Amino acid sequence: MDLTLKIWRQNGPQEKGEMKTYPISGVEEDMSFLEMLDFLNDKLINEGIEPVVFDHDCREGICGMCSLFINGEAHGPGRKVTTCQLHMREFKSGDTIYIEPFRAKAFPIIKDLMVDRSAFDRIQRAGGYISVNTSGNTIDANAIPVPKENADKAFDAATCIGCGACVATCKNSSAMLFASAKISQFSLLPQGQPEAKERVLNMVHQMDLEGFGNCTNTGACEVECPKGISLENIARMNRDYLFASLSSNK
Amino acid sequence: MATTSKGLFGSSLARKYWMAISGLFLCTFLVGHLLGNLQLFVSGEEGKLAFNEYGHFMTTFPVVKILSWVTYGAIFLHTVDGIMLALQNRAARPEGYVKEKQSANASWASRKMALLGTLTLFFIVVHMKSFWYEMHYGELGLDANGNKDLWSLTVKAFEQWWYAAFYVIAITGLAFHLSHGAQSAFQTLGINHPKYTPIIKMTMTAFAWLIPAGFVAVAVFLYVVQPGQNL
Repeated sequence: MDLTLKIWRQNGPQEKGEMKTYPISGVEEDMSFLEMLDFLNDKLINEGIEPVVFDHDCREGICGMCSLFINGEAHGPGRKVTTCQLHMREFKSGDTIYIEPFRAKAFPIIKDLMVDRSAFDRIQRAGGYISVNTSGNTIDANAIPVPKENADKAFDAATCIGCGACVATCKNSSAMLFASAKISQFSLLPQGQPEAKERVLNMVHQMDLEGFGNCTNTGACEVECPKGISLENIARMNRDYLFASLSSNK
Repeated sequence: MATTSKGLFGSSLARKYWMAISGLFLCTFLVGHLLGNLQLFVSGEEGKLAFNEYGHFMTTFPVVKILSWVTYGAIFLHTVDGIMLALQNRAARPEGYVKEKQSANASWASRKMALLGTLTLFFIVVHMKSFWYEMHYGELGLDANGNKDLWSLTVKAFEQWWYAAFYVIAITGLAFHLSHGAQSAFQTLGINHPKYTPIIKMTMTAFAWLIPAGFVAVAVFLYVVQPGQNL
């Protein structure tokens, strides 16, 4: 395959970036998108050009490290796949492919296509956990009955890998889908109840502090989410926050 | 866990609640407004007197007066809140994408709510100048019953093609605004249920197109029939 790649190059967080064009030939359709970028980088290194910096880790769709805004969509044209699981057979020889970093004020660019998504970690730290006494008399989680439907929904929410595709896709750079998944995975389970109110209030507060936008319910996040996290989670967060605000003591 | 929250004022979610509540209230206002407009289908002296009687009632009856102040408040809240949200949303992405394929994952109306809202606000200003201002502060003639002749003012406005055309375009913009907003408000308020959401979406989509269709039908009727020419 012969391709024309248009890639965002930016030397550092404060530097000015620009799109640069790289023609590339010899790409095989069985390569993953990241392997194609590895292939490009090998070529660039041999030519004495600085390789393109991009995030990646497990390369099997579960770690949430890979990102990229490919041809105008987060993780590219595929549905329910991360960039590492996107294959070059989705493209045609002769195509021009635009590759840009995830864009949001809360996701500052580190270099080229790599962005800082630690805002998600801070949202998680604000309440995305349960406090369990681990002093030796921990209760087995299975000892508490959980309705099957709730267990399934909590598990679906928990499949969020925190990649940030929702933020990158949202026209408002909103983190509602991420935050709502991280809140729902606890609010649906009995173990999450004691801290449910504080959790939703604190995590939403942190989300706002990070400078993410608001939710317009366009539904773009759900479409582009590699794990298919449902908008139902956002509605759950909306009502949990409403009730928590009305009934909390502070 | 210590609680940190801006509660029902100031947080991003709260701003959306106010947007949804004010928006849904304004939806109920549209129903009332349309029901009043339907009287314009009755032409002749009979229709004129009835419509002016209705106009008199709507501007003098205390309950309606209170409701109209709530409506002004809702429009103000929806506008100011909407501007604040739009500014925050713009600030959340200081540098945009070179290539963005938004049509791949979201409807046009849902992505253009601010634009459609601005068009609607502009329409409301023009519309209120045309009728509300004239009714309250203008110099309208009186009909046979001694009521202000709002009917003649209305039918004459819609006899002009450009006024009718502007009205139809603005109401179409409102329809698109409602096609997303009316059902989206429920999601914002946390109402998303496998059993009820399909019904809500269907009902609100029908609402979004049928109510504006009613307004347009009255406008087209007035332009085509030109009832003011016969009196």
